[in-house]
Amino acid sequence: MIPAAFEYYRPKDMAGVLSILEEHGDDARVMAGGHSLIPMMKLRMADVPHLIDLQDVGGMSEIEIDADAIKIGALVTQSDIIDNAALADVAPILREAALQISDPQVRYMGTLGGNVANGDPGNDMPGLMQCLDASFTVVGQDGERVIPARDFYEAAYVTAREDGEVLTAVTIPRPKGGHAYEKQKRKIGDYATAAASVQIVNDGGKCVSAAIAMTNLSDTPVFSKTAGDALVGTSVDDAALKIAVAAMLGDIDPTEDNRGPVAFKNHVAGVILRRAIARAWSRA
Amino acid sequence: MKDEITREERVDNLKGMGCSRKRVEDARFTQGKGNYVDDIKLDGMLFGDFVRSPYAHARVKSINKDTALKVPGVLAVLTADDLRPLGLHWMPTLAGDKQMVLADGKVLFQGQEVAFVVAEDRYAAADGIEAVEVEYEELPVLVNPFEALKSDVVLREDLVAEDGSIPAGAHGPRKHHNHIFTWEAGDKAPTEEVIANAEVVAEETMYYHRTHPCPLETCGCVASMDKVNGKLTLWGTFQAPHAIRTVVSLISGIEEHNIRVVSPDIGGGFGNKVGAYPGYVCSVVASIVTGKPVKWVEDRMDNLMTTAFARDYHMTGKISATKEGKITGLHCHVTADHGGFDACADPTKFPAGFMNICTGSYDIPTAFLEVDGVYTNKAPGGVSYRCSFRVTEAVYFIERMIEVLAIKLNMDAAELRRINFIKKEQFPYKAALGWEYDSGDYHTAWDKALKTVDYDGLRAEQAQRVEDFKAGKTRKLMGIGLSFFTEIVGAGPVKNCDILGLGMFDSCEIRIHPTGSAIARLGTISQGQGHATTFAQILASEIGLPADSITIEEGDTDTAPYGLGTYGSRSTPVAGAATAMAGRKIRAKAQMIAAYLLEVHDNDVEFDVDRFAVKGAPEKFKTMKEIAFAAYNQAIPGLEPGLEAVSYYDPPNMTYPFGAYVCVMDIDVDTGVPEIRRFYALDDCGTRINPMIIEGQVHGGLTEALAVALGQEIAYDDMGNVKTGTLMDFFLPTAWEVPNYETDFTVTPSPHHPIGAKGVGESPHVGGVPCFSNAVQDAFRPFGNTHTNMPHDHWRIWRTANELGLHD
Repeated sequence: MIPAAFEYYRPKDMAGVLSILEEHGDDARVMAGGHSLIPMMKLRMADVPHLIDLQDVGGMSEIEIDADAIKIGALVTQSDIIDNAALADVAPILREAALQISDPQVRYMGTLGGNVANGDPGNDMPGLMQCLDASFTVVGQDGERVIPARDFYEAAYVTAREDGEVLTAVTIPRPKGGHAYEKQKRKIGDYATAAASVQIVNDGGKCVSAAIAMTNLSDTPVFSKTAGDALVGTSVDDAALKIAVAAMLGDIDPTEDNRGPVAFKNHVAGVILRRAIARAWSRA
Repeated sequence: MKDEITREERVDNLKGMGCSRKRVEDARFTQGKGNYVDDIKLDGMLFGDFVRSPYAHARVKSINKDTALKVPGVLAVLTADDLRPLGLHWMPTLAGDKQMVLADGKVLFQGQEVAFVVAEDRYAAADGIEAVEVEYEELPVLVNPFEALKSDVVLREDLVAEDGSIPAGAHGPRKHHNHIFTWEAGDKAPTEEVIANAEVVAEETMYYHRTHPCPLETCGCVASMDKVNGKLTLWGTFQAPHAIRTVVSLISGIEEHNIRVVSPDIGGGFGNKVGAYPGYVCSVVASIVTGKPVKWVEDRMDNLMTTAFARDYHMTGKISATKEGKITGLHCHVTADHGGFDACADPTKFPAGFMNICTGSYDIPTAFLEVDGVYTNKAPGGVSYRCSFRVTEAVYFIERMIEVLAIKLNMDAAELRRINFIKKEQFPYKAALGWEYDSGDYHTAWDKALKTVDYDGLRAEQAQRVEDFKAGKTRKLMGIGLSFFTEIVGAGPVKNCDILGLGMFDSCEIRIHPTGSAIARLGTISQGQGHATTFAQILASEIGLPADSITIEEGDTDTAPYGLGTYGSRSTPVAGAATAMAGRKIRAKAQMIAAYLLEVHDNDVEFDVDRFAVKGAPEKFKTMKEIAFAAYNQAIPGLEPGLEAVSYYDPPNMTYPFGAYVCVMDIDVDTGVPEIRRFYALDDCGTRINPMIIEGQVHGGLTEALAVALGQEIAYDDMGNVKTGTLMDFFLPTAWEVPNYETDFTVTPSPHHPIGAKGVGESPHVGGVPCFSNAVQDAFRPFGNTHTNMPHDHWRIWRTANELGLHD
């Protein structure tokens, strides 16, 4: 549990971050809360000769809510999300999900930016961001660009972010309708056995839009467009649920691990999604 | 002279036995002021750490240290070849086997110690480990003991004779090169006959999975060899510091008076810290070689993967009964997976520990037990994880067999237990497998437990739930877990209990100071049990000085009297008895002093709470405080000055705490998630010294029971890779996963213990595991389940539901 030697940098601005990244290429990594990267370094599974701490950069710790969208800085912690009443008011699913991440000590340190940027399929926020159709702002030597969350994840720990880029903010359209983040885990601090994010809109008893994403059931988060579409135009009755679950099962690709074999994970994914939809619909 | 306070107030002031005295240890622990091994920092101290095998079975073809020795800060790299001239490349185990200190030509389990890197700090040591080049040649891996017993693959070439024959081991003949021992208890032929002719026989095969004690503080030590005075000081996480001193002396050749072993504060042991580990030997050698203190501390993965697994028993049982449910016979066979070396921590004569307590709390006239120990490519250990030696296995076995028999008889499991309990008037009870139970009142405890939880009401509710489930009204089943356990603790009588020839007595030495305070030292060592609190309470009641005026000290072999340490709930039964007996020696001398001061005959004074008073004239007295001063400062004819005593206590028998537990659980059949609605624990540990500490012990033991029953395991894949080597996968419950526990008690004092106490720290674990497991299994009983193996984690519970056809 002792990391290899590394250089530690704490630049005061983003230009400083980017120049260190440019100099050292993939030998350098940025760190926000460090709760994914530091354990990997201690296990010597991540070799990071140049570690750039973002804490002093500034400008990435704000939560801004306007009429159409919510902008959350990359260094906003899970704890900040939980404690922000205005945010809980406009996007309660963020608080519901953040409360299911690890434990309070981790949530004081762990950030939204780190959670979504790391590309760990076990992380809760990437799937949620896909459900909410969020987009990620990254900045590099060539300036800023915006990548939709639904296009961001390519494989485990592989994302659309380039090595020289830093994820600085997450922008979420203000969610509409009912919500649910449903997660089964073995214990506090665990990744999901299966988790489902659901955001659903009810207009006179009919579902007019539904977004569904699943966590830790593939090597990336899984946005299941077909599952959401299966609910649209229905009264979210049992027949619609069955079609949605079947569609979702076609999109996920779980692997066996200590949480259980594939058959179990598929079954639980279906159960969790049904429950998430039911809870979201009851709030819609 | 008139008393200013009442007798009751004088009793309260002592904070003696029966008082929920607050733990004196907690002030430092809750403020981060404990002093653990890793807090020890000495001038020039070096750090050692291991290169470990990535393979479960492999030849070690070469080890190249050159690159590692060039890493800045690395001073030395030790291998088996370096230890061989000292004869320390192997070491004896507690079970009469021997174990490689560093890989001697091969490795037998993943994580095995291959080389010891000594460096100026732990960062340099970690870099050095990366730089040691080891060439391995992989060998076939055996992780299943049944396959190991059939395999041509020889795990331990050192235990095969040159002509290919298999010499006997420490526990008798061996049947196969991967076989360690066969151990039997009871009568084989009569048991088989009873079962063959019985009206009803239930059979079951069960696997009690491998797990690990996982104390919060891992194992570690600091060795410091002073080359000027020739003294070796060894600080370490030792549950038995005196035994460690003797073992270190025997294997190193350093005379025992030149070795000082110190156990500082210990952050939990649960059996993990009983054994001797390669890290201790390597640290001592490294300190001798370098002339500097050397520290070695495991990280969490080292701890889970290499030191001290627990359980791993494959058990097959047959239990016979009359049609009315009276049990007539019990047969048990165990295939015990001991890993690559037999390092089980059991008394020498008991290679399967006290597994022969497996007749449990029941009057079973005929029984037979046979245990086969087997070598596999897993880590060595086999420790008693929060239990007396293998008692969790025994109690789990019988409490499952009772349930299986109840199913076979179509009978209520609570009633089946009741009609088979050993009756109060049968104690002392001689069990079929050899033990003499000292005392018990099982029916009273059982009736109290069932009444408190409204057992009949629970069964009615469960029946309704089954109806609702079948009608599609709910997807949750309800399980009622029962267990009644008898522990066997307090090892033990020296006539049959020793470890490496060291008799399992224990000790207490008391010095009363002139002003009426005292220090007492014991041969045990607290790892969180609260000895500094409770032993002072025993003494307070025995010698009439306030517990707050008594310091308890343990763990320094230069000052404490010799004892065998703390594990198997032996501290109160053995050292607690020594404490009471030493206190009584103090009191006997105090009586003579008091009589002299009061100018009466010795027999004319009597002890009363905190003083000796003249019989029939209670206003004439001398307090123990006054007596202490006189003992030192008043020349008393015929008496030596001073007030000290020492007692070494060899118990006449074990003690047999017992208890009745009930768990109510709701199980989501679709996700496999169990929810514990209620847990009731009645413990009878005899005389209760500190009710608050007992309650805390019960909470802790139940929580570790919950862990083991519901998910905690050390799992291997077919290649012998550990799949659960971190706390992500190794289940350590947090407050969130733990239910509210209801505790209760009855009191049946031990008839042979000086204060009637029996020990309690491990009972809740022993009784808790089958209770949680039975709750899960009971939920599925109405649908045809007889037995499923632990751990009952989500997917395995789901699998049970799935196999019973409870999913669409």
